[in-house]
Order: sequence, then structure tokens, then C-alpha cells
Amino acid sequence: MVNAVSGGWKMITIKFFASLRERLGVDSIQLELTSSITVSQLQQHLIAQHEDWSDLQQGKVLCAVNHTLCDANTTIHDGDEVAFFPPVTGG
Amino acid sequence: MISIQREDFNVGDEYELLRKTSRSEGAVVTFVGLVRDVNLSDSVTALELEHYPGMTEKVLNELCDEARQRWVLGAIRIIHRVGKLQANDQIVFVGVSSRHRQDAFDAAQFVMDVLKTQAPFWKKEHGVNSAKWVEVRETDMLALQRWQNPQDPQ
Repeated sequence: MVNAVSGGWKMITIKFFASLRERLGVDSIQLELTSSITVSQLQQHLIAQHEDWSDLQQGKVLCAVNHTLCDANTTIHDGDEVAFFPPVTGG
Repeated sequence: MISIQREDFNVGDEYELLRKTSRSEGAVVTFVGLVRDVNLSDSVTALELEHYPGMTEKVLNELCDEARQRWVLGAIRIIHRVGKLQANDQIVFVGVSSRHRQDAFDAAQFVMDVLKTQAPFWKKEHGVNSAKWVEVRETDMLALQRWQNPQDPQ
């Protein structure tokens, strides 16, 4: 379902913001997918791959695909920009 | 028009722009949000605002479109600052013109309520020795709920 970076079949960018970015220690990663994947599957994959990334669990963070808020069942496609972040506090 | 910027803004200049572009509108409502010192304890020295470039602009533009569907409006102006701010600094400006005051008041309030709960901005309080991300406030979510029946914008 998901391979290490490079190769270029289905490359997605994943961005992290605010407190989540600080806790994960990274602001952006790229992943190559070998098939389409849902947001929920991506979260499970990232948590499984990274020991300290349990903060990415569903219910704790919001997700946007291509700058639009989405839910856990949204399918991610080649070239998509996915973002995970905490509830917003602007204004 | 939408601006996300580090620089401060001048309310007088923004009002003049709204006034000049509103020939058939009889009402201009403006709102300014400031950094409150009640947020800032003695040990807190600054507030930092982060956003998601690209998505923030998209959400704010969609918000303007939605406001125009609900009310007959002239101009809508939103400015939101990012970066480090001090107590009493200006954070956000919302200006709306309309033929009638009630639409202008309602639309400005709608823009602020949706902005606070939907637009990807995050505040962090910086102290002398530490920093803390601001938590979501329940009252902001409640403020949004009054707009959630599209048949009843009041």
C-alpha cells in the first residue's frame, strides 16, 4: 500500500501544523503510494511507521486534502497535498 | 479582498477603501480583533500566529462567497496577521459594506464566527522560559452554531 519515498508512482505530500508539527518534529514529508488510500489508512500507516506519532490518531486532529477539510473516509490520490493539524484558534 | 500578512494595518485606510468602493451601500461595519492582555500572564511576552498558506486563503474566500449568498453585500475586506504579536496589537480586521446596517452587522459577525472556528490559524503564547499553544474555546464553537441553519441567518 505504501512504499518508502522515491519511485514516483503515487507521490503525496503530507504537512503538519502548529502543536502537532512540534510534537512530531517534522513539518512535511513525502510518501509514495502503490494504490489509493483513505485518510484513515494513511493515519494508521504513519502511526505504525513512527513510534511516537500516536498524536495522529483519529479524533485528535483535523485533516485537509488539497486545502479542503475532509473526513477519515476521504480517498487520497496521486499528487495530493494532505495536511494534519489541531483545531484552529485564530481571530 | 483577503490579506494574510505580518505587517500591521491602518483601520482608517481600510475604512476609506470600503467607503470609496461602496457607492450604493449605506452601511459600513468594521471589526478589529486585538491581542488581549488577559490572555497573557506576567510571564508571557508575545503571541505567535501560524497559518496554513494556501488553505487559509481558500477558506476565507469561500467564507466571503457564503456571506454573499446569505446577505446582499457591497465590499468584504478581511485582514489577518501572522507572526509574533505583542499585547494590544491588532490581529484581525473585518469590514463589510451593505445597503442596510442589519445585513452589514450580521455579515461581519458571521465572518468572524466562521473565521475563528474554520480558518487554519493557530495561536501560541510565548513566555520567558516556555511557550504554550492556545486551546480551542467552547464559546467560539457555540457562536458558530447560530449560523448553521441556512434558512435563518438571524
